Amino acid sequence: MLEVRSINVAYGPVPVLRDLSLTANQGEILCLLGRNGAGKTTTMKAIMGLLPVTAGTVTFQGNTISNVPAHIVPTHGIGYIPQGRKLFGELTVAENLAVGLQTRKSPQRVMDAALDMFPALKTRLNQRSETLSGGEQTMLTVARALCVDPHLLLLDEPTEGLQPSMIKAIRDAILQLRRDGKAIILVEQRMDSVLAVADRVAFIEQGQIVETTDGDSLRANPSLLRARLGV
Amino acid sequence: MGYVWQLWADGPTILIALFEGALLAAVLALMAAGLSLVFGVMRVVNVAHGEFYMLGAVAAWFIASQIGGSPAVSFVAALIVAPLLVGALAAMIDITVIKKVNYDPERTIVATIGLLYIIQQGTLMGFGAVPRAVEPPFDHRIAIPWWEKVDGVWEMYWPWGLSISTYKVFVIVAAIVIISALRYAMTHSKAGLIMRATQLDSETAQAFGIPVGRVYAGVFGVGCGLAALAGVLILPIQQAHYLMGGEALLSSFIVVIIGGLGSFGGTIIAAIIIGMTDSILTIFFSPIIAKIVATLLVALVLVFKPTGLFGTKRQ
Repeated sequence: MLEVRSINVAYGPVPVLRDLSLTANQGEILCLLGRNGAGKTTTMKAIMGLLPVTAGTVTFQGNTISNVPAHIVPTHGIGYIPQGRKLFGELTVAENLAVGLQTRKSPQRVMDAALDMFPALKTRLNQRSETLSGGEQTMLTVARALCVDPHLLLLDEPTEGLQPSMIKAIRDAILQLRRDGKAIILVEQRMDSVLAVADRVAFIEQGQIVETTDGDSLRANPSLLRARLGV
Repeated sequence: MGYVWQLWADGPTILIALFEGALLAAVLALMAAGLSLVFGVMRVVNVAHGEFYMLGAVAAWFIASQIGGSPAVSFVAALIVAPLLVGALAAMIDITVIKKVNYDPERTIVATIGLLYIIQQGTLMGFGAVPRAVEPPFDHRIAIPWWEKVDGVWEMYWPWGLSISTYKVFVIVAAIVIISALRYAMTHSKAGLIMRATQLDSETAQAFGIPVGRVYAGVFGVGCGLAALAGVLILPIQQAHYLMGGEALLSSFIVVIIGGLGSFGGTIIAAIIIGMTDSILTIFFSPIIAKIVATLLVALVLVFKPTGLFGTKRQ
């Protein structure tokens, strides 16, 4: 579904991703793990077209999406949940969802489906998103990404700063999305979440994928996490 | 009590000052709304904004003089075509100049200073230094009555010179309608939603399919088009001249700094404050005093509330 092949990405003269390759498949959760500054968020932004790829290609469902204008990428069916939620704080819940619906031809159906996953948002549609609780804001970021009607979801630390009950709710939502057949790339700091949901895990160090393993192997041998991440 | 009677006796002059203040506020609000819109969405301080105001007036004169015939027909044509032409030119300038410096705040200031001189001197070469006038589409005087106590009895009379121009009333009403429509569009239309999302976080907006480059070009076009519209509306009252943008730019900056850069509501309120203050001080004292007070207001705002009266700190 998604194939990232040998991409290089740099911030000005500083190379961040070097010859990085990975794939994401339908109905599968790929967890991207690495220490701070390893290049996880940069990888997500490069896939979304928010950073220029200086070498290599990104293809999605057979279409090359590397170096197309960033606003075209979501029209291919890729939803993005950025690190730190990045809601449009002064806009209402409904307006945030409407921004997500920009690329859709039948927005009402898509929005209804997104709200069905998070019914709590239905009563908050006219509330400014910056006034929501942290958990509700995370629900909204996921719902906004679902408004793109995505086949692939990129989630960059969606449970950051949430209380345990909300973490479970978001984790359940991610598992539901996998059952719905969506491909998911998840960047996550919480190792319990990774062990609970991962189908495959890719470890990134200094802008390169250094090891890929399947979720079952990791659950059987969690010491790999300590070896790679020091946790 | 004597002061009250003196104030009452000055009533006709105060009324005229308030009316002229409302006219100035209307034009300033249109100008400054454009400047504020461009800064709010794009974070670009458009130093050439006054030149688009001048271009609007010059283009309107050219269109009206080419069409000729009835002043009403030629003016209406100019009112529609000139802002569209200037807006389209501004959108092209955004794509060819401002985009090329990556909307960097410092470099866009330098770029728009360059544009200011290019537009100004280009107009001088093509249009000449002679001020050009356009006849208003209509201009009737509406007399206003006043009351005076004569031998203990209030009597109505028509003071000499106490009248307002219907064209000036039209300018005030037009500005109110345009600004209300702009406000409504920003909060209720899809285009307004796209602009506000881009203003709040352009990177995230792109990740949801918003073509930020096109939004910027459109916003710059609309912002400069508003300045051009103000230039067209003021043309039958003043005259088109290649240097007319300088003072308009200064007044617009005063308004947006006091109101808060990027704050739409603050800009409108500041335009009313500056328009009224300027007009009253000009009529009762002198234009120099009016300018000193406006500049002093800016200084006070910058010292005590640098974000402007209604502005908020942006991340």
